[in-house]
Amino acid sequence: MREELLKVIEKNSRIDLKELAVMLGVEEAAVVNELAALEAEGVICGYHTLINWEKTSEEKVTALIEVRVTPQRGQGFDSIAERIYNYPEVRSVYLISGGYDLMVILEGKSLREVSAFVSDKLSTLETVLSTATHFILKKYKDHGTIISTKKQDEREMITP
Amino acid sequence: MRNPLADKVVDIKPSGIRKFFDIASEMKDAISLGVGEPDFDTPWHIRDEGIYSLEQGRTIYTSNAGLKELRQEICYYIGRKQGVNYDPMKEVLVTVGGSEAIDIGLRAMINPGDEVLIPQPSFVSYEPCAILAGAVPVIIHLKEENEFRLTAKELEEAITDKTKLLVLPFPNNPTGAIMERKDLEAIAEVILRHDIFVMSDEIYSELTYTDKHVSIIELPGMRERTILINGFSKAYAMTGWRLGYACGPEEIIAQMTKIHQFAIMCAPSTSQYAAIEALKNGDEDVVEMRTAYNQRRRFLLNAFKEMGISCFEPYGAFYVFPCIKEFGMSSDEFATRFLKEEKVAVVPGTAFGDCGEGYLRISYAYSLEHLKTAMGRMKKFVTRLRTE
Repeated sequence: MREELLKVIEKNSRIDLKELAVMLGVEEAAVVNELAALEAEGVICGYHTLINWEKTSEEKVTALIEVRVTPQRGQGFDSIAERIYNYPEVRSVYLISGGYDLMVILEGKSLREVSAFVSDKLSTLETVLSTATHFILKKYKDHGTIISTKKQDEREMITP
Repeated sequence: MRNPLADKVVDIKPSGIRKFFDIASEMKDAISLGVGEPDFDTPWHIRDEGIYSLEQGRTIYTSNAGLKELRQEICYYIGRKQGVNYDPMKEVLVTVGGSEAIDIGLRAMINPGDEVLIPQPSFVSYEPCAILAGAVPVIIHLKEENEFRLTAKELEEAITDKTKLLVLPFPNNPTGAIMERKDLEAIAEVILRHDIFVMSDEIYSELTYTDKHVSIIELPGMRERTILINGFSKAYAMTGWRLGYACGPEEIIAQMTKIHQFAIMCAPSTSQYAAIEALKNGDEDVVEMRTAYNQRRRFLLNAFKEMGISCFEPYGAFYVFPCIKEFGMSSDEFATRFLKEEKVAVVPGTAFGDCGEGYLRISYAYSLEHLKTAMGRMKKFVTRLRTE
């Protein structure tokens, strides 16, 4: 049940528990217990909402920053990653294979705010060798969901 | 002027689905539970192969029987699913949907006056195709008490010395019924004893919600007398690509290929290239879609249970077939009123044979949200009917 449950709530975390139990063909109590276990084990880390901020009056700028760093003895990349992810404006931090080390996704109110973060806070960390900032212009698909269009059902109403 | 038409064609009654479609399509704000095709798009990697084949300019006829590579993949597929081997060069024919295979299979095997056994409720094409092939269709009325499975007794009673062929439509549209191994073993004994042939339409084989689909070709002595029909429409959400296939003894496939060669030439090449990709790399897509269908199936069965509407548990296809006899009206009346009063289109069971009277076909090839809205309206409707 575990994997099927995770796949369902990954797409819709607001689903009613009773309904979820029916869909999976198990008792509601089993779903409740499994969810509690998944949360306790840290498999489920949070329940978020996917928002298209462009449709709101809120101004937001998202940037993807490539960061090259010097790993520290005995710590590897972990301690520098921690220094970066502790800033609240940082949305995500990934350790990346390839041409650079950390990918930092940053959200700010304006280009200026993001640039200020990069030049004042990020670049000045002593282990940071270089940064490259890419601003996101448009989101087409996020978390497996296509943002812009809702597809119409074009099938005939009744078919054999 | 003389009558331009053939009596045999004129005499075939139009599909009951058509009639209901006309009413439903006039109502603009109606929602539907009436489709017989998946709500998923064809998985992108399969579409991509179709596009790539067009880019490569592969826009010419293929061999009559279909691309060799596709026939080979079909044989691998049946080998790994059913454990039965077919020769891709002699025992496989790629057709324009499962529908063409039904048509030419009947035409290849029927002599005028031969009786063809058709269990109903079932897909709308068998009976007309049998008639057009010159057969006398003999209908077997399946019963809810047997979960709409075909029993050995029902089969035995329908067989005469003119019986040539049995159409075996499982997993079934419209009931969702399946035949498990024990059910197939029971009828196989009768089939062998009376020396008749089988056309097994397994287009919904991938949409089986018990352990695994069992085909009659797996049973001893049955591969030799069975035309197996399957296709890509339901398993891979490829209805519009129009691609199916038939596997069977060389003797029969050769004659079917002859008809296909003269009437069709070959199945669409673009679809054939896409289908190779589907068989090679589509297993995970099938599992994902099946899981979603199964969740919706459970959701609908529970919704009917809560409404107090009797519905046997179907283990296949994407239909449920609830019984509405308690309301004292025909399937047609119920469906018409449901459409007019609550704006939900369902298909009356009678569209799939007279013995579908008292039942509705409800499709769950819809999103859960859509099904929820529709079940809300159904609840309102039956509550009102019960107080009338």
